[in-house]
Amino acid sequence: MASRRKKEFGGGSPLVYFLALAAVALTVGPVLYGALGGFRSNEQLARDPAGLPDPWVWKNYSGVISNPDFWRYAMNSTVIALITTVVAVLFGVMAAYPLARYQFKLREPLFMVFVLGLLFPAAVAIIPLFILVTRDLHMGNSWWGVALPQAAFALPITVVILRPFLMAIPKELEEAALIDGASRVGIFRWLALPLSVPGLITTGVLAFVGSWNAYLLPLLLLQEDMRTLPLGVADYSTEHSADTAGVLAFTTLAMIPALLLFLTMQRRIVGGLQGAVKG
Amino acid sequence: MANEGAVSAAPAHAEVTRRATARRVTPRQEGPWRQRLEIALFVTPALTLMAVFVVWPIASAVRMSFYRWKGFGPMDDFVGWRNYDRVLHDQVFTDAIMHNFTIVILSILVQLPLGLAVALLLNRKIRFRGVLRTVVFVPYVLAEVIAGVVWFQLLQPESGVVDGIISGIGLTPPEQGFLGTPDLALWTVFVVLTWKYLGLAILLFMAGLQGVPDELYEAAQLDGATWWQTQRRIAIPLLGPTIRTWAFLSMIGSIQLFDMVWILTGGGPANATTTMATYLINQGTGRYNYGIAGAASVVLFVIGFVMALAYQTFVLRRDTQTEG
Repeated sequence: MASRRKKEFGGGSPLVYFLALAAVALTVGPVLYGALGGFRSNEQLARDPAGLPDPWVWKNYSGVISNPDFWRYAMNSTVIALITTVVAVLFGVMAAYPLARYQFKLREPLFMVFVLGLLFPAAVAIIPLFILVTRDLHMGNSWWGVALPQAAFALPITVVILRPFLMAIPKELEEAALIDGASRVGIFRWLALPLSVPGLITTGVLAFVGSWNAYLLPLLLLQEDMRTLPLGVADYSTEHSADTAGVLAFTTLAMIPALLLFLTMQRRIVGGLQGAVKG
Repeated sequence: MANEGAVSAAPAHAEVTRRATARRVTPRQEGPWRQRLEIALFVTPALTLMAVFVVWPIASAVRMSFYRWKGFGPMDDFVGWRNYDRVLHDQVFTDAIMHNFTIVILSILVQLPLGLAVALLLNRKIRFRGVLRTVVFVPYVLAEVIAGVVWFQLLQPESGVVDGIISGIGLTPPEQGFLGTPDLALWTVFVVLTWKYLGLAILLFMAGLQGVPDELYEAAQLDGATWWQTQRRIAIPLLGPTIRTWAFLSMIGSIQLFDMVWILTGGGPANATTTMATYLINQGTGRYNYGIAGAASVVLFVIGFVMALAYQTFVLRRDTQTEG
């Protein structure tokens, strides 16, 4: 996006700026309302729902920050998202490598398995998954019990995005390495992995944010101290439904990590998705 | 260990044959068994994980759907197609299918033109474009649950901001609130979903617009085309594949809709917003009707699968053919 030349000749007329402003207001309005609402008291919110903080109230945010539950949920979310990301990206790039660089008969059928995997909604499998994880694997209410199924459901998109990245590595590089005596496994480690880092980051961020935001599977599998932030937010808002300002503060603080991650990685994600859409 | 052998043996061999056969060096020289072993090594972890956590649970859902099972004891009360019969004749479920399809169709009818408009707008040379691009993407990044909780507050009857604005301009908001009125609830959920997911459409369309060569615009500009003409004749047609991919993602998402509905309405009021996913969760974890939940999941899967296959065959095939 940075290297754009003079592509568009339509400049900014007042109408364009007005429309852009309207789009921005509608987009950030609710988020801003949540963030500012956290700085108000419930009494202020009741008096004028759309007003600004007057005076600014800090106790909602400080209450959330000093709430050990919030940090416990944040930690659960972080650990589960990290496990999901590492497993999905590692297994995904391993699977994508032969699908991109080897010639073998089952290559396309095998790739179709992953493409079809995109069509399996998690909701279809959710009840048996719940039974499998809690009763058969005894991993209910644990980090791994949520992370492994999430990684499994993140694998198809990871493989589908990574394959074109790996295919784009020039054949000459690979041949040169082979002639110099590298094994295929060595090529994977020392050539393919470093050259596909942009794709790894894209798929990693997608897996991380997907896990961070997930609700359905954690809802069934996690209770009490093991809950993640989305569960915590949902439960907090029902348990403290009278304390609107507190709910807004809790919710606002819970959005920050995913927001920061996505905004810093935005360019890479766009690049990765572009590759996937074209590939 | 086999690796080390290959590494030490290869250089001497390579010295001799480097120039002569460089072009013919292919993996096959390592022998078919070795290659098979490597492939197996690479794909097994991923396939195992998917077999255990994707394929097996889905197969269990299919099996479950033929039994009456309350979640404990052996699954031995085989009932054939009875669960399907019950699910497909349960008006709550058939309504749920309608709700899913309403969201599928509304999403495309509303979000496509809206997303396209914003993408074309942000593709113009205006100030703060970078900031604008980032801002419109914010809702997409938020968890559906978190967005849902904020909107739930905004949509509170009487005390919420939305009702406040509506009474402010002299209209009367619905008495039960937007989420509490059966006729309005699904539309309200859809509006919130559009707010949440428009960013993805914009992001993808803008990515697609990057792929339109500058020369096309310049040539059109020289020929005296207006901005709107270039968009309509050049940019939008070239966005075709991107639009079709987005529509596919949007459809798949709408069919599985759960989080937002669960937070905003829980499927209510009076089942006015129940989706297939909320129905099956309700039957499964709420009432322990695992057989019914299984049948509902299979129906959801079949609908999604047929839809995806049809879309792939009739719409997306053009794109993949030209690519491949």
